[in-house]
Amino acid sequence: MDTTESTPVVMSGLTIFNARPNLYWGKDSSFGHPWLAITAVNGSNGAVGVTRIAGYEFNTHGVLGVSKVGDSNAYTVRAFPSWATIPGPQWLSMGRHWHFFFAWLFVINGLAYLLYLLFSGHLKRDLLPTRDEWRHIGASIKEHLLFRHPTGEAAKRYNVLQNIAYLVVIFGLLPLVILGGMAMSPSLDATVTGWVDWLGGRQSARTLHFLAAFGLLLFVLIHVFEVIVSGAWNHLRSMITGYYVVPADKKETAT
Amino acid sequence: MNSPSTGRRRILRGALAAAGTMLLSACDKLSHNESFVNFLKSAQHLSRSAHKAVSARKAMAQEFTEADIAPHFRSNGTLMPRDEHYRDLVRGMFMDYKLKIDGLVETPAAFSLAELRAMPSRTQITRHDCVEGWSAIGKWKGVPLAHLLAQVKPLPSAKYVVFRCADSMDSGSSDSTYYESVDLDDAYHPQTILAYDLNDAALPMSNGAPLRARIERQLGYKHAKYVMRIELVDSFDKIRGGNGGYWEDLGYEWYAGI
Repeated sequence: MDTTESTPVVMSGLTIFNARPNLYWGKDSSFGHPWLAITAVNGSNGAVGVTRIAGYEFNTHGVLGVSKVGDSNAYTVRAFPSWATIPGPQWLSMGRHWHFFFAWLFVINGLAYLLYLLFSGHLKRDLLPTRDEWRHIGASIKEHLLFRHPTGEAAKRYNVLQNIAYLVVIFGLLPLVILGGMAMSPSLDATVTGWVDWLGGRQSARTLHFLAAFGLLLFVLIHVFEVIVSGAWNHLRSMITGYYVVPADKKETAT
Repeated sequence: MNSPSTGRRRILRGALAAAGTMLLSACDKLSHNESFVNFLKSAQHLSRSAHKAVSARKAMAQEFTEADIAPHFRSNGTLMPRDEHYRDLVRGMFMDYKLKIDGLVETPAAFSLAELRAMPSRTQITRHDCVEGWSAIGKWKGVPLAHLLAQVKPLPSAKYVVFRCADSMDSGSSDSTYYESVDLDDAYHPQTILAYDLNDAALPMSNGAPLRARIERQLGYKHAKYVMRIELVDSFDKIRGGNGGYWEDLGYEWYAGI
């Protein structure tokens, strides 16, 4: 979705995460057993930033656990670094204001897109893979890994891997990030008493919210990467003007 | 070696990093701009209206079983009030404690702990959700606030219930005792109780002895501990920072259902 509102949502979300940099699974927080902890341990030269995932500890000093805030040279204990959070300094109440404001924009924009998708025919025409595309999925994966980008007629359509990625994002990650966020609201939990158990309980919902958000972030990063390697200028121009220069087929140019 | 393309790339990378830094410092500046922050905070009215629209007024918070109770109920905020009058109450085993109820009511009243314990009670195993992100499940027993309000008969002008607490949050000389407030929907909600027991024992000091509010559809900071007085008001304007609570005066949302 639109990066202008998802960026503040994610970055202020990290501020909120930093207030309790542990993730748990279940109805409540089993304080001794978070499955993810971004924390600091005592080292010989002061605090060392570490990240523990399911019992395994990684040294993430300088980025996760302990990092420098802004331009200062002093190391500070904080889960995500100040360059990744809004606001930069650890400030929970302000992070919440940013998060909920942009979350509303994100949800409204998302619903509008979903309605467009369903009623414009875009879903059936462009996003659902055809039977033929499913059959050739192996070849698509191979071409993709070799960075061979489609040419000619094929360049005008989404390829099957793109289709799958988009569908996972639209019908998997986006609903999950929104439902997980709503499940953390004690008021919305009471709307239909107990619905939060569908997600495994409130702390599981917090975990899913976080993982889905990172899934979306990963999708955006890969997407930007793909746009760049497959011809950034052509793509950007087509998004604004609607004209896309179709790369000529190799066999035609070979003659 | 420095080919034109790596040079260009370096400039591009530098420009991107500079743009990122500028955007971030702009966000930090905006966070200190009062009208911008008020604009952001307006989302809480949208959230509250949306929640009220989709939830029944008496929609119940989830209740759990004995098996779900956390072995140790985490405490946060004040764990041991330093205030002299509170220490006196502790020394007297809360025998001298009286919960005052006044403000916009017909008949102000005060109740001892024994009187509160003799009133009708509600027991509920609920999940406490802290604004920091953690949750803990505990079993609470207390007197429904609706029952107390029926004793004092709120005036039609009363719009909010304010909980005044014993614990000073700061060491300075000005009044920094904790306080919180809820609207009448939450005040009359069946799960809104003034709890005197936690997990079948008298409420420990770190969890708000002798009496704490349970506002089950909102975050932990609404659940005022060490409640000394309940005041009915029509606005928060004349109360401290005017935002309806200790944390609210420091920038947190008054509506903590999210």
